[in-house]
Amino acid sequence: MEKDVKTSRRSFLKGSVALAGGTVAGAAVAKEADPLITEVQDWASLTGVGVDEAPYGLPISFEKDVVRRNVEWLTASPISSINFTPIHALDGTITPQGCAFERHHSGAIELRKEDFRLMINGLVDRPLVFTYKDLERFPRENHVYFCECAANTGMEWAGAQLNGAQFTHGMIHNMEYTGVPLRTLLNEAGLAAAGDLKDKWVYVEGADASSNGRSIPMEKALEDVLVAFKANGEALRMEHGYPVRLVVPGWEGNMWVKWLRRIEVTDAAVESREETSKYTDVYEDGTARKWTWVMDAKSVITTPSPQMPIDHAHGPLVISGLAWSGHGKITRVDVSKDGGITWETARLGKQGDSKALTRFYLDTEWTGEPMLLQSRAIDETGYVQPTKDQLRTSRGENSVYHNNCIQTWYVDENGVVENVEVS
Amino acid sequence: MGSSRMSKSLNQIVLPVAGGTALAVAVALVIANLDYGQNKISSLERRVEQASQQVEAANQKASEEAAVSDALRTQIAEVQALADKSASGGSDLTERAPQSEAGYGLGREALAAEIAAWDVDVLPDGRGLPEGSGDVFTGEEVFAEKCASCHGDFAEGVDNWPVLAGGFDTLADKDPVKTVGSYWPYLSTVWDYVHRSMPFGEAQTLTADETYAIVAYILYSNDLVDDEFELSHENFSDFEMYNQAGFIVDDRPEREYAQWSGEPCMENCKPAVEITMRATFLDVTPEDGGESVMNHAATEDTPTFVAKAASADGGGAAEGTESPASQIDPGVIAAGEKVFKKCKACHAVGEGAKNKSGPQLNGLMGRTMGSVEGFKYSKVFVAAKGEGRVWDETALVEFLAKPKAYMKGTKMAFAGLKKDTDLSAITAYLKSIGE
Repeated sequence: MEKDVKTSRRSFLKGSVALAGGTVAGAAVAKEADPLITEVQDWASLTGVGVDEAPYGLPISFEKDVVRRNVEWLTASPISSINFTPIHALDGTITPQGCAFERHHSGAIELRKEDFRLMINGLVDRPLVFTYKDLERFPRENHVYFCECAANTGMEWAGAQLNGAQFTHGMIHNMEYTGVPLRTLLNEAGLAAAGDLKDKWVYVEGADASSNGRSIPMEKALEDVLVAFKANGEALRMEHGYPVRLVVPGWEGNMWVKWLRRIEVTDAAVESREETSKYTDVYEDGTARKWTWVMDAKSVITTPSPQMPIDHAHGPLVISGLAWSGHGKITRVDVSKDGGITWETARLGKQGDSKALTRFYLDTEWTGEPMLLQSRAIDETGYVQPTKDQLRTSRGENSVYHNNCIQTWYVDENGVVENVEVS
Repeated sequence: MGSSRMSKSLNQIVLPVAGGTALAVAVALVIANLDYGQNKISSLERRVEQASQQVEAANQKASEEAAVSDALRTQIAEVQALADKSASGGSDLTERAPQSEAGYGLGREALAAEIAAWDVDVLPDGRGLPEGSGDVFTGEEVFAEKCASCHGDFAEGVDNWPVLAGGFDTLADKDPVKTVGSYWPYLSTVWDYVHRSMPFGEAQTLTADETYAIVAYILYSNDLVDDEFELSHENFSDFEMYNQAGFIVDDRPEREYAQWSGEPCMENCKPAVEITMRATFLDVTPEDGGESVMNHAATEDTPTFVAKAASADGGGAAEGTESPASQIDPGVIAAGEKVFKKCKACHAVGEGAKNKSGPQLNGLMGRTMGSVEGFKYSKVFVAAKGEGRVWDETALVEFLAKPKAYMKGTKMAFAGLKKDTDLSAITAYLKSIGE
């Protein structure tokens, strides 16, 4: 089925390219009347489905390819693994929950709201236990934030590896969260017992078998961390930590503990497995770098991309993609069509939100010339997304995490797109 | 005095900022132009001069006032910019929630027993460790039973599961081998993780003594202790890990941020660009899963992009050729046993096999679906049992190829086996295992 679609897409391309030779500008001319217009179609005559058909709707069957995908050989078991958001097929900035990437260390668990307990203990005045209902009674806030796995684009350290924006950059999603600021809960437990907060930490862990504990400096905990229970207006999905997860804006996804069960105020980092043996990177001399929490500015072109070839005639082409920064707002995105020789500034879909995805567009013309597409994000601190070479020069070639390199897509004269590396 | 200067002045003065003075000056000038006779000329000239001085004074006042209004305009612009900034800040979709300093009186005090049950993390200095001990010999036994199916008998790692031993002095090599021995900076991390999150599928079942023993065995398998070694809460914090000094705190701000900031190049940023590598794996929108085929496309036929010129020859991109590696299997059952490693984390077989996160699989063939006692099946298997469905080769192959499609709603998280050879091998293997 998929193959058929591709074949017809190619033959369509050939036809349209030939046609474009004669009529470069202006709308195309039809030879015969379009039966979709001249003949009465079933859907225009018969009735459709009723309102009782889908109490909770799913995307229409024609969109069945817009799904999360995993790469089987990456991990030993799908229970401790990751899948990828189909960013190539989405537009705007908000990621629907049903196709937002998942990463579990011991599988996604089913935890009822009634069985949910959140403990705050350690260096607090009053160790407390909250129920889900308790959380709903604190003043709450709404914020849109991106959540990016530190390993997003990690396979590309070794070179051009996977052929699709979904696979190279799909460990990311962007949702509107509703939740209680962590500082409100810490205040409820009282921080006088912690004394000077400067060198204090909160250690957060989940209720699942992995527990996935992480240490977060108190300064960040009091700044913008959210204890969230809704995403995009509805309950979190099981795979994203239902009923309650931590939201740590701009910082690596591993710290966004799901099925949150405990917050401990400590006087030192716990140095858990997830912050020592994992989520650390080795420099060329063998020295390892830890506590790399912030996700630096990054961008990728989502269309055209390997899964989204150019499937239309020469003429107008919309190049589009996503940009984000854990340091704040995206202020500018540049796009190159020649592998970084020349750059033009793209149009932002809307003013960049802090620590959230920003959509960009370059409305351009394509006449069949091969292209090397790149995008380059700049954030409000003035940081410019680096090239792969810059990253490798700075960090060596043994990193796993925090690859925010400029990505290159090669578009050939037929509009077919491939993941490449360039000089 | 030039009339041009006068009119310019008047123009300026007519601005609302300095109305009164300007009008008086203008009237004075009109009067000065009336014919009062030659003998009045000199006095008139004096008066014109005075008027001119007044005009200058008025001008100065006007420009001062204009400056004030400029300053005001700047201030307004600043306020507006601030308002815009906070409106578009993203972090301000809603106003910051109020916070009562006194608290809200929500939640309840955590009991000591509850804190003891959940607060089990262990810090690098050993705080949080329970009393207990375990030696290498005991550890080897426990490890073989509970850990080796994934990590290997010698902590060498099976398939993609983590390698726990060896790799010393490889951290500066290409592809460093990061094990507990070669990489982990603190022993507390090992104890904490094993105790809390392992074994995979049976977390939080190890006793303190078992954990001490396993950790002792992992150290032994890394040649860090001898076979007589016993680890306990008392000697724990004496132990310094091999790579303890190997970590530095994130230095990206100093190393990278300054040099990667500022206005970037927009034109002629490099003389020419060539493709140096093409995707190693082609994952061209797989229909399900993410099965990759190797990409053998060379970079030779791809175009070079040159500065200040349209792209050169548009060489055609060769399509990736599909060449799935075929495997030869020596003995089907032996091969099946290998495949079964993927299942071992959740399913036990053999003597005394118990249910784990999946049911035990002894005597699976011919068994009624969903019928193992004591296992909590998903609804679809409960239904299958009700219908009297029985496991046979066909059912097993279809189920293992696409578990979620064949048994819609199964809680088995396994994505399925892609290769037919794996499917027939595992079927043969499970067939070979009796009750």
